[in-house]
Amino acid sequence: MGYVMDRAGFAEVIAALLKDYRIFAPVRKKGAGRFTDVDAVIYDEIRDAGEIELELKSDYAPKEFLTPLSETLLYFTEDEVKESDFDERPVLLFGRSCDLHSLRRLDQIYLNNGPARDPFYERRRKAVRCVLIGCGHSYDNCFCVSMGSNRCDDGYVFSVDLIDDRIHSNVLDGSFIKFFSEVPGAEEKDVLPRFVTENDVKVEIPEEVPREIVRSGLWDEYTSRCINCGRCNFVCPTCTCYTMQDVFYSDNGRAGERRRVGASCMVDGYTDVAGGGQYRRKNGERMRFKVLHKISDFKKRFGYQMCVGCGRCDDICPEYISFSNIINKVNAASREVQA
Amino acid sequence: MANLDVNVGKLKKNAFRYSKVRGETASRIRIPGGVIDASSMSRVVEIAEKYGTGVINITNRQGIEIPGISLADMDKVNEEIQKIIDSLRINQTEKGKGYPSSGTRNVIACPGARLCPFGCYDTTAFAQKMENSIYPNDRHVKIAFTGCSNDCAKVRLADFGIIGMTEPQYDKDRCVACGACVNYCRRRSVGALELVNGKIVRDAAKCIGCGVCVVYCPTRAWTRSKEHYFRLVLLGRTGKKNPRLAEDFIKWADEESILKMVKNTYAYIEEYIDPDAVEHKEHIGYIVDRTGFEEFKKWLFDGVELGPKAEVNQRPYWGGRHYDRYGG
Repeated sequence: MGYVMDRAGFAEVIAALLKDYRIFAPVRKKGAGRFTDVDAVIYDEIRDAGEIELELKSDYAPKEFLTPLSETLLYFTEDEVKESDFDERPVLLFGRSCDLHSLRRLDQIYLNNGPARDPFYERRRKAVRCVLIGCGHSYDNCFCVSMGSNRCDDGYVFSVDLIDDRIHSNVLDGSFIKFFSEVPGAEEKDVLPRFVTENDVKVEIPEEVPREIVRSGLWDEYTSRCINCGRCNFVCPTCTCYTMQDVFYSDNGRAGERRRVGASCMVDGYTDVAGGGQYRRKNGERMRFKVLHKISDFKKRFGYQMCVGCGRCDDICPEYISFSNIINKVNAASREVQA
Repeated sequence: MANLDVNVGKLKKNAFRYSKVRGETASRIRIPGGVIDASSMSRVVEIAEKYGTGVINITNRQGIEIPGISLADMDKVNEEIQKIIDSLRINQTEKGKGYPSSGTRNVIACPGARLCPFGCYDTTAFAQKMENSIYPNDRHVKIAFTGCSNDCAKVRLADFGIIGMTEPQYDKDRCVACGACVNYCRRRSVGALELVNGKIVRDAAKCIGCGVCVVYCPTRAWTRSKEHYFRLVLLGRTGKKNPRLAEDFIKWADEESILKMVKNTYAYIEEYIDPDAVEHKEHIGYIVDRTGFEEFKKWLFDGVELGPKAEVNQRPYWGGRHYDRYGG
């Protein structure tokens, strides 16, 4: 069932949903960018439809709800431990097609990678229903078509497309129809979310990356070009690495908390081991690890590609390093090896 | 050629240079904030080719001088620069007569936040606003704007130096303790950040508001304050007697107060300038040396209400060599 309405009508839908749901969506934060008077689009809990950014690609990914950059998991004092509280209310999480595809990757790592399911991830994941933001056009650096994440036919409760100042929604989940059908002025219509069918950026990934690529000279330039800031990982909707902080409160060393914080395979410290060893010292080596993990190693284990082609890593890299370009370089080098 | 009978004082106030080449002058184009539109720049080129010698001097204060102009052509040049004056929105008393004064110098600005990743505010816009508020005036005042504590505009050589600041805002929930801010603050700035219990502690007294932490933070845990702040530094100067760098006066100052304080300075100068000063020109710093800083401060603060964050250095002391004293 589809509905078309003006912004005021959509605001009513959101207002009604907010009575039952917490809503997390991309929000354009004024002046929150790196540079003066530059905005950043970041996920946040919204209280009003007007806050939802439907036009720009978000700089940071929706994973920030499921795997917060910093989350206290438990508190401890002497011999007692208490898990952190969690707001159990259901959540609507807005995302584009690539973002919705990324959730399968997050689930894979946190829920279906070995015998244990991560309970802190699971309590968040169980609460989530997705809302699809349609893509009227491809954005800078997007290569979702090459990664097959440009469409999604299910996995969302309703979709939102802003076309000529009107909201077009395809309501997939029948239980959500009531939020739309009662909005005055909402027209019932056949609506299909918009999907991108072609990107300017295209990648080709070798079926199997030959072992020789590990020792290829193609990684060397990144040793000097990359500044190992980790932005590519922090914005990536499929990066799942984290590290733990056990914090002992400074005025009482017998009480404290355990935090989980985001980690990056590009940032110093990621491969530090006891005795002062470090497996990947050079930035070129870290780049190799990241790229091959995204386009080869993950697939070897789980049978599908990790990268969803959102291009956020390219959008944000302060050194203008292009991940999609590296994929194509790996592809060319692989062909050379195999020839 | 007719004999030359030129009022040199008027010529200088009209923003023409007294040249060492007899019979020649140079036309001085004001470019507040250091930004000139390309068509005005082509007019400069035309004038230089038509009336000058086909060369253009870029001045130390971001202005332009067109040298080699005959003193006889000054009126014609004044007509030709009218479009440039209009385009750069320079206050004028009479159209077609060129610049009404030259004492208050071109207001300088580094590229600032329009271009530079470290710029904490739109330096050009503030410089233009300042120009608009104080020009034309014959009093010798130098004002310079720089976007951040790097001070690329060398504002510490000016009477009023305005250094951009941002108050870093920390969202601990977005911080992953990657250490980038701590590292870059230490290496590129003053080392005001420390990692304590997995989160960052900022030493507010040490922090200079340069924004390096914001630039390098990969997660937007650090962002800029909504308000633009400024460090106001006072009375730097070059010159023969006692060259010295400007000293800190107000940290975390606001735009409105700075505009007002500079405006107030002109009244102070009128009151205390040496009536016998050579060419009626005396740097403010030397006047302040005479009246004492307390008196100057009284005039500066007239009607000024500083914001709650402003930290005032009530008694700045200036250094520099005193070449006018033995052993100085």
